[in-house]
Amino acid sequence: MAHGPATLADGWGKYISRWVFTTNHKDIGTLYLWFSFAMFIMGGAFAMIIRAELFQPGMQLIKPEFFNQMTTMHGLVMVFGAIMPAFVGLANWLIPMMIGAPDMALPRMNNLSFWILPFAFAILTSTLFMEGGGPNFGWTFYAPLSTTYAPDTVNYFIFGVHIMGASSIMGSINIIATVMNMRAPGMTYMKMPLFVWTWVITAFLLVAVMPVLAGAVTMMLMDINFGTSFFDAAGGGDPVLFQHVFWFFGHPEVYIIILPAFGVVSQIIPTFSRKPLFGYSSMVYATAAIAFLSFVVWAHHMFTVGMPIAGELYFMYATMLIAVPTGVKVFNWITTMYRGSLTFETPMLFSIAFVILFTFGGFTGMMLSIAAADMQYHDTYFVVAHFHYVMVAGAVFSGTAAVYYWLPKWCGKMYDETMGKVQFWIAFIGFNITFMPQHFLGLAGMPRRYADYGLQFADWNMVSSIGAFMYGGAQILFLFNVIRTIGWGKPTDDPKVWEGAEGLEWTLPTPAPYHTFSTPPKVK
Amino acid sequence: MSAHPNNRTLLAKLIALAAAMFMFAIFVLPPLYDLFCEITGIGGKTDGAYTAVAVEVDTSRDIEVQFVATNNATMPWDFYPIEERVVVHPGESRAVVFYAHNRTGQDMLGQAIPNVLPNNATDYFHKTECFCFNNQPLAAGESAELALVFIVDPDLPPSVNTVTLSYTMFDITDRAVAQISQVQ
Repeated sequence: MAHGPATLADGWGKYISRWVFTTNHKDIGTLYLWFSFAMFIMGGAFAMIIRAELFQPGMQLIKPEFFNQMTTMHGLVMVFGAIMPAFVGLANWLIPMMIGAPDMALPRMNNLSFWILPFAFAILTSTLFMEGGGPNFGWTFYAPLSTTYAPDTVNYFIFGVHIMGASSIMGSINIIATVMNMRAPGMTYMKMPLFVWTWVITAFLLVAVMPVLAGAVTMMLMDINFGTSFFDAAGGGDPVLFQHVFWFFGHPEVYIIILPAFGVVSQIIPTFSRKPLFGYSSMVYATAAIAFLSFVVWAHHMFTVGMPIAGELYFMYATMLIAVPTGVKVFNWITTMYRGSLTFETPMLFSIAFVILFTFGGFTGMMLSIAAADMQYHDTYFVVAHFHYVMVAGAVFSGTAAVYYWLPKWCGKMYDETMGKVQFWIAFIGFNITFMPQHFLGLAGMPRRYADYGLQFADWNMVSSIGAFMYGGAQILFLFNVIRTIGWGKPTDDPKVWEGAEGLEWTLPTPAPYHTFSTPPKVK
Repeated sequence: MSAHPNNRTLLAKLIALAAAMFMFAIFVLPPLYDLFCEITGIGGKTDGAYTAVAVEVDTSRDIEVQFVATNNATMPWDFYPIEERVVVHPGESRAVVFYAHNRTGQDMLGQAIPNVLPNNATDYFHKTECFCFNNQPLAAGESAELALVFIVDPDLPPSVNTVTLSYTMFDITDRAVAQISQVQ
């Protein structure tokens, strides 16, 4: 163990330096995962404040100004701090082990791309304690709310977004370089595990659109501080331009969030079905098709800006077209399970719930894509329900499944299966109690982003809040189960861990050694 | 761990792609958007000053032109059209007047931003003279009559019988002060 990592036994100094200066993909993956979990808890706490305030009509706990900061920060922290870093963490841990590489292609950049993230979120979160408060313009920060009418702290928000964008771009470049250059001999593109495929496509999306987000916030910065008028009509600009630029980033962004989740589920379902994934190549092409289509549908987020009918029709049909490759994927997952010898361990439960609830969220997306109907749904709780079905039951469920699935491989210890299943059922039921009623609220006309609501919405809001507290409780159980596993879990040294697991990472010893595949494996 | 020789070239290419997308967002998207709006007339932005050309007045058509004036956000001026609607023949030059009054005790600078509906009329609404071509300085308590001379093009699509011209008055006093102090 001459080259082993420093442990606590070597003293605190060495132990901390190990993590700060590490270039090891497993260490960095671990850092990403813990960071994203911390952000997940913080963003979750914001959500609890929101749901507590909305438990009853009227103002009880917080002021409306603070409520706006909570909805904004919840969105920003969950999207950029929890979900995206969680999947980058999984990519760091798994991609080298899945393609037979010794490490990521650019290990020092890997270290940098992680370590700037905590600073980005420290800057962003610190605004909550400043005069004027944090960002309060919604996570989509539409101009002029985020320019003319923004609190002074908006500049901190802009720099925070710049830093997290730089982090994502560097992380993506690393993933692309690793997959293109570091595959083991014989690991052709069409033999790569689907998680690797979905991530490499995601990485290209990130490199293409994170700079557009950086551009959007840079234009805001110049409008606010340097007298330009990109988004200010008084100087010849146009606030609607902001929405176009934002959603040109924002729509690919939602696939950036969900594609790696597709990859995770495509690894887990075959394992517990004890069958190879059905339609591997169609999965690859469907992923690529979704990624391509994500660039040409952005204006379906802004049907109400006064678009000409031709524009509405184009964006409506193009959006509906995305259901085709997505349907291929759902079909393949179900067909993989069909006549498989299924077992229902925690990762499989989360994956099946993913397929069901993501499909449900996809269908509400189809409803929203109908331009004529969207006039009614726009900016109501129906939209909130829709994107929580695809982002929470999609991305977060699959992330949870991934942690349970690979945790034994990472630390050589088994998690508590009963506790995992209890967590699953609390999360599954709590999630649906939270967000199913929000569909009803939205259809009845309750607008999103308000701290108060009409009395007719009171009952379903109370139900929704109760569900939210349940779902929040399930995450505490998750944290406890993970810590218990790492500290006191039942040791295992079975390389495969799961009977039906296939892939290079399962040929390695359990727990995975600090350095793996120093000599590349041969893939036949 | 020896770095793969291709990693550096790939790194350079991907960084170039990211930089290009950043430039695209700032320097290409906004002009492209303006160009698109100008070509299609979406957004209702009218062109600048129009030089009148001799055309035959089409007396067979009556076009109603409506005027709307609004103040943006906290703009405290009185601002309204003297005539709310006029009926013109296509090709005919017509002058109308808007009234603006600075009710505050400060010298202010306003800027009116025009918008035309319906969108397919935007390209056929010409202004030979308009207060919106310049900003409007009004001293404390001062009022002014703001002139607009327009021609509705005879090629106006036959489906359009009513054109609405809306002006939004923005307060650009702070912006102008900032620009002057930058020059000094």
